[in-house]
This record gives sequence, structure tokens and C-alpha cells, in this order.
Amino acid sequence: MAANTRDIRRRIKSVKNTSQITKAMQMVAAAKMRKAQSAALAGRPYAALLNRVLQSVAVRSQDGGHPLLEARDVAKHLVVVVSTDKGLCGALNTNLLREAAKFDPAKTVFVAVGRRAMQWLVRNQRTVLADFQLKDSMSFLDARMVSRFAMEKFLTGEVDKVSVLFTDFINTLRQVPKEKVVLPISSLAVTVGVEGSIDDAVVDVKDGGLEYIFEPSQGEVLDAVLPHYVHFEVYQMILDSRASEHSARMVAMKSATDNAKQLIKDLTLEYNKIRQASITTELLEITTAQMALG
Amino acid sequence: MATLRLEIVTPEGRAYSDDVEMVVLPAVEGEMGVLPMHVPFMTQIKPGELVVRKGGDTLHLAVGDGFVEVTQTQVNVLADMAIEEKAIDEGAVEAAVQRAREALARKDLGSEESAAVEASLARSLVQLQLKRRRKHG
Repeated sequence: MAANTRDIRRRIKSVKNTSQITKAMQMVAAAKMRKAQSAALAGRPYAALLNRVLQSVAVRSQDGGHPLLEARDVAKHLVVVVSTDKGLCGALNTNLLREAAKFDPAKTVFVAVGRRAMQWLVRNQRTVLADFQLKDSMSFLDARMVSRFAMEKFLTGEVDKVSVLFTDFINTLRQVPKEKVVLPISSLAVTVGVEGSIDDAVVDVKDGGLEYIFEPSQGEVLDAVLPHYVHFEVYQMILDSRASEHSARMVAMKSATDNAKQLIKDLTLEYNKIRQASITTELLEITTAQMALG
Repeated sequence: MATLRLEIVTPEGRAYSDDVEMVVLPAVEGEMGVLPMHVPFMTQIKPGELVVRKGGDTLHLAVGDGFVEVTQTQVNVLADMAIEEKAIDEGAVEAAVQRAREALARKDLGSEESAAVEASLARSLVQLQLKRRRKHG
């Protein structure tokens, strides 16, 4: 009897400790989430406008006018998998890596961003070209290392298509794994207007009424815009993944804390029941003894 | 009078959005003024001073590298920095310049990093220049 109550007490204590830890992690994730979310959302008007600028440049240039625009037959596909470094964020990485498993291992090479992706790729014996570890406070520059690497592989012809597998941030409760093709930039029409907050007064380029003048020259502007566009796209996708990660972790930790609280409640109830039972038995024993004596 | 819709966006968000009468841009080929009904135009900009005229008022902004799209009714500026003259903190910028110069002097940076430091130095210098000119001029 006494041993049992002591066991329960010990369990309550340990569950309480766990809940304190998950509560702390929830707080940290919430703070990081707010930061990551605002970073991800702040870049959207820029992305939308960049999209528009690029579209108007690309429409004017003939197809295949630039190596980054050139669509080739896909013999090798490069997939950049953006995962988290740490676990404890619900089903986020599981969902992401399930998508990663769908690519044909013979035709696909991978670049890992984040420790979880790397571990999974190695365990499943996929070809990994590079592994990037990005800091928690990632700058545009850090993200550029990733996109620069992918762009080099594409330009040298080692791969014919580059896409990024990331977790799209929809809202705090919903994050969806998504694959987006970044190279070649022929799939422009698809991405344009997706995040369009600036869609007013779009110049009708098809009318031929408006001819852009480029300075210094169209080629030079295109040369500058296209790589910048790719860098920014990748950066934005990594930011989205970050926002998703922290949101998912906060939600996971919140439910862990809630579960721990529920468990403590159940255990306390159990404990009190046993305690009450033992008191009742003791009382009964005393009364019986007294009656026997009396 | 005809106006231009000016939008300035940076990766951190929308920095400026208003109907204005004239914009002066620091284009790579030199400063250019844009009035309404300008011919459609696209160019790169370098770190420098962007001037906005609106209803007799003049607004000065320091901008970084980026692109500009001009149509007859719109000017869209994509820059990696855009900061109003009023918002420039001279002390903080000077400290940033100092740090960047020291980092470049150490020469232990990779090419990517030093390019970034140089870019941020250029941005800081532009801010300082603008602030000082406004103060004395």
C-alpha cells in the first residue's frame, strides 16, 4: 500500500518535470515562431514584385535566351530537401520525408538542408551532393550558398532540373510539404500571381503597345535579375520552412503540456483514492479492535 | 496633374507606397528623373539617393542595390535596402561602417562574405552621405 502511493507520487513528480520542460519549449517556440512568421510574410510583397519584373523581362526575351531559362530533358533531377535540425516538432519531418521518398532514387540527387534530412538521406542510401547546416538566425547570404550551389550544378549540366522540397507555411496549425521547381525558370507562369498582392495595373505586354527600354541592356538586366530571383526564391522557401518548423513545434509542445497536465490530474485522483482507501481500512481496523476489546 | 504610383519594396517588407509627382533614381548609368507618362523602362539601381517629389514636398531615401521597373503610371523599386532620411541613425551607421572596414582589413573572409561586407559598407556609406548632405546643404 505505502509502496504504491510512493510510486504514484514519484510518477506525478516526473510528469510534472516533463511538463515544465515542454512548457518552456512551447514558450521558446512561440517566440521564435512570431519572428519567423513575420520574416516569412514580410518578404512576400518583394517576391510578388520581383515575380512581375521577371515576368515582363522574360516575356520580352526569346526562349532559351538565357542558360537559366533553358528547359532540357531531365536525366538528373536535383532536389533540395529543407528540413529542421531538431526533432520534437510533430509530424513535420515525417510528412516532408515521405514526399522525398517518392523521387526515383536512380534519377535523383539530393542536397540536404538541415540535420534531419541528412540523416534520412544517408539512412536510405540516396545520393547526397551537399549538406548545408544553416544557423537559426539565417541571413539572405546563408541561403545564397545553397542556391548558388544548385545553380552551379545546373549551369554545368550535371543536373537538368532543380526543385526544392520544403514545408509551406499556411498558418500556425497547417503546414504542407511542397515541391517547387526553381530551375529552369521556365515554369514562371505557374509561380506568377500565386502570392500576388500587387496585381493592379499589370502592363499588358501582349498588346505590344508597351516596349520596355532596358538599361544598360536587356541581357545585362536579365543576367542580374535571374540569379537574384533564384536566390530570393530559395531564401523565401527556407524562411517558410522555418516558420513552419517553429509553428509545428509550438503546437506539438502545447499538446504535450496539455497531455502532461491531464496525466497529473489522473494520477493525483488515483493517489487520493488509494490514500482514502488506506485511511478507511485503518479506521475500520481501529474500530473493530475497540469493539473486540469493549 | 498626373501622378505616378511609387512602390518601394525590400525583402523586409514594403518600404514606401504612394502617388507621387516625380522620382529621381540612382540608376547604374547615372541619376535619372522619372515623370508620369515615362516610356516603359527597366534598369538596375546602385546604392544611392532616391528623391521623391510630392505636392511640393521632397522626400529623400537611401536605397541599396536593386531593380526598377517604370511604366507610364507606375514606378516599382526592388531594393535590398530603403530607408528614409529621417530614420537614419548617424551614430549607428558610423559604427557599422567602422565594423565593416575592420572586417575587410582583417582579410580572413571568404569571397562570398567579403562581397557581402562590401555591399553592406556601400549601403552604410550611402546613408551617411545622404544624412550629411541634408544637414549641411
